[in-house]
Amino acid sequence: MERYIVTPPAAKTGHATELLRRMNMPNPEFEAECIRRILAGEKHLFHDLIRPCERSIYFLLLSLLKNESDVDDVAQETVIKVYQNLDKFRGDSQFRTWVLSIARNEGLGRLRKISTRREDSLDAATDEQSGDYTPAILTSWREIPTEALEQKELGAILRSAIEGLPEIYRNVVLLRDIEEMDIRQTAAALDISEVAVKVRLHRARALLQRNLAPKLKGFAPKRKGWFGGRA
Amino acid sequence: MRIDCNHVWEHISGYIDSELDASLRSEIDRHLETCEICSAVLDSTRNVVILMADDRVFELPAGFSDRLHAHIDREIKAPEQP
Repeated sequence: MERYIVTPPAAKTGHATELLRRMNMPNPEFEAECIRRILAGEKHLFHDLIRPCERSIYFLLLSLLKNESDVDDVAQETVIKVYQNLDKFRGDSQFRTWVLSIARNEGLGRLRKISTRREDSLDAATDEQSGDYTPAILTSWREIPTEALEQKELGAILRSAIEGLPEIYRNVVLLRDIEEMDIRQTAAALDISEVAVKVRLHRARALLQRNLAPKLKGFAPKRKGWFGGRA
Repeated sequence: MRIDCNHVWEHISGYIDSELDASLRSEIDRHLETCEICSAVLDSTRNVVILMADDRVFELPAGFSDRLHAHIDREIKAPEQP
């Protein structure tokens, strides 16, 4: 599957961001070698093995728990469980997918312990949930205000819109659009079908477009940007 | 097959992810050539997707990684259970 990824000029985002993104890409050979050496006694290599999964663990748990303090605790429990069960990883799935299935189980375990469940619990929303997915109609908004991301206001608007999504949509957006996992990985991490990922992603993006487009249009740069038209 | 705006909106997400079959994609492309509204909806949806993927929007909280690795260190250095 081809993902629509735009790489803006390095000067705009900085090489560090791109480098970090590449470092977070799955690397099965590196992972297999790391696991072999850790199991042979080089335990300190576990830091390097788990580092590329940190963001995914964080966003998966945030999508489940919504509370950063709980996320911190459960992330720590997750990595220890991964470490203690490393000899059980058989390579049938990607390492990150396996780690995220552990994170998901730990997260759900924590949710079960929390007595006051959130109103929009996992069971409350379904794919059949009705909703208005009519997009916001604009005359045009073609330039992307990535430069404005330096302003805290724009980031806050985006985060607030995502946090306001129903949970089943927020989960998918956090993994697919923010953590940039593919549809198969997202489905595996959330234990839902790939079709459900696509449906939820579509609805989430429609809700976000409706909410955000009128607000973000004001951030668009005055001059013509890099993304003048369709792919 | 001629498609209308509603039909295009139903497939915006798949269009952005290049997951549509060639014939549907080309129908949508043809529609977009003459429909400014759908072009604007597509552009704005894609802009939202691109902005969300920017690491500056969602950064890991300060200290998250340090705390995680400190916890790992304690586990690694702990004496093994018999």
